[in-house]
Amino acid sequence: MRAVAADIEPVGAVEAAPAWTLPDRGTVGMLSFIIAESAIFTIFVVAYLFYLGKSLTGPTPRDVLETPIFYTICLISSSVTIHLAGRRLARDERLTFLLLWLMTLVLGGLFMYGTAQEWHRLIYEHGLTISTNLFGTTYYSLVGLHAFHVTVGLVMLASVLVLGVAGRVGTAQSPRVEVLSLYWHFVDVVWVVVFTVVYIVGR
Amino acid sequence: MSSEVLAMQSARIDEPTWIETLHGWVTTVDHKRIGLLYILFALLFLVIAGVEALVIRIQLMYPHNDFVSPQVFNQMFTMHGTTMIFFVAMPILFGFGNYLVPLMIGARDMAFPRLNAFSFWLSALGGFLLYFSFLGGGGLYGAGAAPDVGWWAYAPLTARAFSPGSSSDYWTIAVLVSGFGSIGTAVNLVATIVCMRCPGMTLTRMPLLAWLYLTMAGMVLIAVTPLSAAQIMLLIDRYLGGHFFDTQAGGSATLWMHFFWIFGHPEVYILIIPCFAFMSEIIPVFSRKPIFGYPVMVAATVCIAFVSMSVWAHHMFTIGMNSYANSFFAITTMAVGVPTGIKIFNWLGTMWGGRIQFRTPMLFAIGFLFQFLIAGLTGVMMASAPFDWQLSLSYFVVAHFHYVIVGGILFALFAAFYYWYPKVTGRMLSERLGTLHFWLFLLGFHLTFDPMHFAGLLGMPRRIYTYEPGRGWDAINLIVSVGALIQAVAIVIFVANLIVSYWKGARAGKDPWDAWTLEWSMSSPPPAYNFASIPTVASRRPLWDLKHPEDPDSRYE
Repeated sequence: MRAVAADIEPVGAVEAAPAWTLPDRGTVGMLSFIIAESAIFTIFVVAYLFYLGKSLTGPTPRDVLETPIFYTICLISSSVTIHLAGRRLARDERLTFLLLWLMTLVLGGLFMYGTAQEWHRLIYEHGLTISTNLFGTTYYSLVGLHAFHVTVGLVMLASVLVLGVAGRVGTAQSPRVEVLSLYWHFVDVVWVVVFTVVYIVGR
Repeated sequence: MSSEVLAMQSARIDEPTWIETLHGWVTTVDHKRIGLLYILFALLFLVIAGVEALVIRIQLMYPHNDFVSPQVFNQMFTMHGTTMIFFVAMPILFGFGNYLVPLMIGARDMAFPRLNAFSFWLSALGGFLLYFSFLGGGGLYGAGAAPDVGWWAYAPLTARAFSPGSSSDYWTIAVLVSGFGSIGTAVNLVATIVCMRCPGMTLTRMPLLAWLYLTMAGMVLIAVTPLSAAQIMLLIDRYLGGHFFDTQAGGSATLWMHFFWIFGHPEVYILIIPCFAFMSEIIPVFSRKPIFGYPVMVAATVCIAFVSMSVWAHHMFTIGMNSYANSFFAITTMAVGVPTGIKIFNWLGTMWGGRIQFRTPMLFAIGFLFQFLIAGLTGVMMASAPFDWQLSLSYFVVAHFHYVIVGGILFALFAAFYYWYPKVTGRMLSERLGTLHFWLFLLGFHLTFDPMHFAGLLGMPRRIYTYEPGRGWDAINLIVSVGALIQAVAIVIFVANLIVSYWKGARAGKDPWDAWTLEWSMSSPPPAYNFASIPTVASRRPLWDLKHPEDPDSRYE
């Protein structure tokens, strides 16, 4: 048996068939990562819903929360701009790409400003912190986890912008930019869920 | 051919100094080296956690024994459980996956080599953090202390009031960090198996090992992350004054149990599915037959993964859920037995009518089949809620899950070690020491874990540091402890075999077992680039096709 085995040439003398294509590993990797992240967010959403109305002391969501409609529109619009930016990049229209990319960054930044303002108001006007009651704990954790993801996204968007201004982002980088764009869409979709849970169901 | 040329060239270059070798290993992004790092890291922790098990067993050998204090006993079972799951079983299975998956699907590396290295070093950091707690766990409160909250760390044991100092923080952060490492490796495995297969290797031609690792990685993505989320919540509770698991502020201890077991039960399947993968490669080769029922094996695996996501609360029958929840989780738990039974019958179907070769890997594989069957049967017993009410938190449960983890997972791992060691090192493991290891470990295993069932039936609770004489547990505990010591001797023989055979073992050559998957087509150990040219496959057994051009599998598939 061993003699037979020793005679075998390394497999691979045959040339690869040209029709063999598999999915892009960046896209598959990002999708897997998004599945994992979804599970994390699910647990935080479950905790938020489970503890609705279980706080022993105030303030309650009904007392203090205001629906951030404008900033939500900002964040959702940024999904549109990043999608358009990606299409421009694929066609090598670099200037429009950069402008749309900058718009995405600004819209995301506006959203973060909205969150910061809301937190400032809750902390200084209503005295709601993460340790005040169960609502405070679950609210800051869930919204904070999302805000953390937006922040990470903004850092990556800004990096691409800097590289783009330096002329280093072209059609060759288009697939990678699309992968980042997937992450940004995910962050937006999570906000739709968080918005529904915190500002609509939770009040 | 090309690997020989490379060997000749490298012989002319000076031998690297030890610092260059070390630098090479620390900075490596080669999937084979990272795989080996994972495995060596896990073996180190296997020995450490094994010593902790021995401390537990020496303490319980006689009634009223005072080998260790109750506090140390609590630390020992906490560290034993946490280490064995997070820093032995997970990394060793990721190690095998890292090493084998690219070789078996005809790829030169994983999809993301640097993410791969990052994930390993995160896991390693987690392990070292956990053990640093022996020095730093007391925080500013004085002497060091390891975590003592049990491997599931139920609330409110982890609250500041009941767990002062930093010991629980070391536990939380260690598990959180290693969890991030697991997620990174899982992303990598999915992307590798989906995107890096060599031409011709369609999903239905992948080796079963690749299919099962794909399933396992998918489960890691969904099941390990809830634990990460719960650990973040625990950190918020401990550091920011949150109330997630603080019952005095309306928080729920039960919620922690749910979050923990949403991870905890799928985790068992995350660990056993790669072991099914080893069985599905080893049993056919030593039965000299292709695997019986390949599509059914794949379907059963995916089915197990799916159903196992909805069984977690069978760990919680005793907390007083309503009867609908109890019925649901009892039924789903019993349902998992069906696809698992299908797999066992398929392995038996593979062996049936084969020319079975009783080499060491096959010995361990057969041990696995018997023991995993019994572990599954006691599992079905406890799936029944009333039976569980009687025996939960007793030694019956300890016996059941050690039958899964030692009798199943560890036996499968030993089979995998004896099977792939020649590929990794180029040397055969000693058959004589291997056979001795098998019989001694089998004896020790059954002496330890068979009587534990009876200790549980006689009412011995888990996690007690000592017991009164004359309750009918004395002789059982003595036998169990003797069995544990015999297992320890067997492990010493195994480790000695690994070390001695590295230098003294017989040369393995490319394909010592006359096997059929791609990893056996290259030299042992494989060259850094794996394949000089990417292979093309036409069936599930590409090497069979090469060795038997007159009757290739591709004609029938």
